[in-house]
Amino acid sequence: MFGLEKKDARLLLLVATMAMFAPFLLNPFPEGSAMAQFNAGYPDLMQRFVIFGILAIGFNILFGLTGYLSFGHAAFLGVGSYAAIWSMKLVTMNIIPAIILAVIVAGAFALIVGYISLRRSGIYFSILTLAFAQMSYSLAYSVLTPITGGETGLQIKAHDTPLLDRALEAGQIGRANLFGFEMSNSVQLQLGGWEFTFNLGYYIAAIVMLGAFYLAIRIFRSPFGMMLRAVKSNQQRMNYAGLSPKPYTLAAFVISGMYAGLAGGLMVAMDTQVGPERMFWTASGEIVIMVILGGAGTLLGPVLGAGFIKYFENIISKINETILHSWFAFLPDGLEDFVVAMVYPFIGKGWHLTLGIMFMLVVIFLPGGLVQGGQKIAGLFQRRKSADAAKPNATEPAE
Amino acid sequence: MGILEVKGINKRFGGLQALGNVNLSVAENTTHAIIGPNGAGKSTLLNVLIGKLIPDSGSVMFDGQSVLGRKPHEINQMGISRVFQTPEIFGDLTVFENVMIPCFAKRDGPFRMHAIESIFAEKGIQEQAEGILSDVNMLEKRHMTASSLSRGDKRRLEMAMCLVQDPKLLLLDEPTAGMARADTQNTIALLKEIREKRNITMAIIEHDMNVVFSLAERITVLAQGMPLVEDIPENIKGHPKVREAYLGEAQV
Repeated sequence: MFGLEKKDARLLLLVATMAMFAPFLLNPFPEGSAMAQFNAGYPDLMQRFVIFGILAIGFNILFGLTGYLSFGHAAFLGVGSYAAIWSMKLVTMNIIPAIILAVIVAGAFALIVGYISLRRSGIYFSILTLAFAQMSYSLAYSVLTPITGGETGLQIKAHDTPLLDRALEAGQIGRANLFGFEMSNSVQLQLGGWEFTFNLGYYIAAIVMLGAFYLAIRIFRSPFGMMLRAVKSNQQRMNYAGLSPKPYTLAAFVISGMYAGLAGGLMVAMDTQVGPERMFWTASGEIVIMVILGGAGTLLGPVLGAGFIKYFENIISKINETILHSWFAFLPDGLEDFVVAMVYPFIGKGWHLTLGIMFMLVVIFLPGGLVQGGQKIAGLFQRRKSADAAKPNATEPAE
Repeated sequence: MGILEVKGINKRFGGLQALGNVNLSVAENTTHAIIGPNGAGKSTLLNVLIGKLIPDSGSVMFDGQSVLGRKPHEINQMGISRVFQTPEIFGDLTVFENVMIPCFAKRDGPFRMHAIESIFAEKGIQEQAEGILSDVNMLEKRHMTASSLSRGDKRRLEMAMCLVQDPKLLLLDEPTAGMARADTQNTIALLKEIREKRNITMAIIEHDMNVVFSLAERITVLAQGMPLVEDIPENIKGHPKVREAYLGEAQV
């Protein structure tokens, strides 16, 4: 199906189903219940899931396949965002040209950065990309203020007159749209105690993500994808087999830069503003962590990793001391205070601590990421099943 | 005129003359061995042939074209494949993928963007890969990860990766180094079979005299960076100069 092997088609269908039903799946707890704060089915967070999913899928094409660890992918995200918002400022508030421009500009920028950075490999490559990203951040923050809006970033204001759109009223802030439909349009569905939100922006981003995921599967299964794995495995043999590793690596770098540009364009489409902090090195680091946490080199891993991190960032950071007290209210007073004091550093602003611990646990015990964890569990079940199946034949001699 | 013509190669590393005026001519459709005691310059010569080292002077012509200054992948595209001392294979990939990669390189050149087509749609390449794997008796291992193969199988796989490109010249750098006796015999048999089945020119650099004399049709002896003798194996065996080069140290 779709030119995919059965297994891959099933994976794509699974991801598509999850993405389409995300408003249900992410809101398992009834509104107003104590667990409702663990619900993630609100538009803003769901959009972030899929957008960072795209970013991670693209990063995985470079890092997962070729093994080249870029520490500057946030730069392409930022460049894509700036390109998108300028398309909106100058041409139209429609998101389609904005996203296309974001991909093209990010791809061109990735070509330059990649061409220079790929002169080195290993740690030196990582440092070069990091340097480029930090330079981009500094430029956007200060020198290029006329283009980037400096520290405050860019929004669509009344004095912007997109060529194809009518002007905004004074004081109004422009919102991106798709042929007149705004991204924040939502439909609410009340079912018993539950409330589900279907947001236009989320569904557009989700469809783009599915397209990006599908393309990634095709790349993984193509001769080109095999060559990228060969780059990671043995460049010496590649050379002596008559292949030039560099253009392959550069192509992978540009593709993953374009994915990042796509994510950046979508970010602007969902929330029509951009600031330089989007290119800061911690943002680049976050992408790396997403992919490693989920499972580098696997198809599903990056999506899982992105979802995992964005979930914890948004949910754990929302828990505060009052909520902790209400959870542990059943304990005797002194003990309650003690437990709250022990847990407190890991929640709210301390969510990075929780993330760090989880990251360490995954890297130490599941070097293949969450995907490997899933495989281990699945393997456990399968072994039990095959053990059960083998029992009736136990009397027959083994082959 | 041989398919590979090496003329007047000189290479110095600081004060050491690694190669001094080396001439070598490998005739088409022969197995040519290059032997010599440790430090004779065999590996340096090989590295010059594959473009890894640039000599101070001299010329290396392959099939009428100069090899010098070309990148390794360009030299491969000219028709020279190389087998390494320790097998160089794609350890993370399956045996089948290992063989498919050189097929693509042969068909599509050093770089081509096949990013959307599925590997499974490449029937021609698959048949080619299957063919060579059955030639080296590894078809049943096609789905194994290459790094999990035994040393002998890794060597066969590397050989298959070179042969599937149908090279005009196959360079072998001590193909049996560090092998157990049985593996050495297997490798000799494999090389003999290849030689008989395919009219392929081979240049072997080897320590093991047993291997050399079972395979080579012509032998060049190097000593201290200089070509000592070049002749057929029968004449090399008893040659006084060769004995001196090999046994000279022992007499001290």
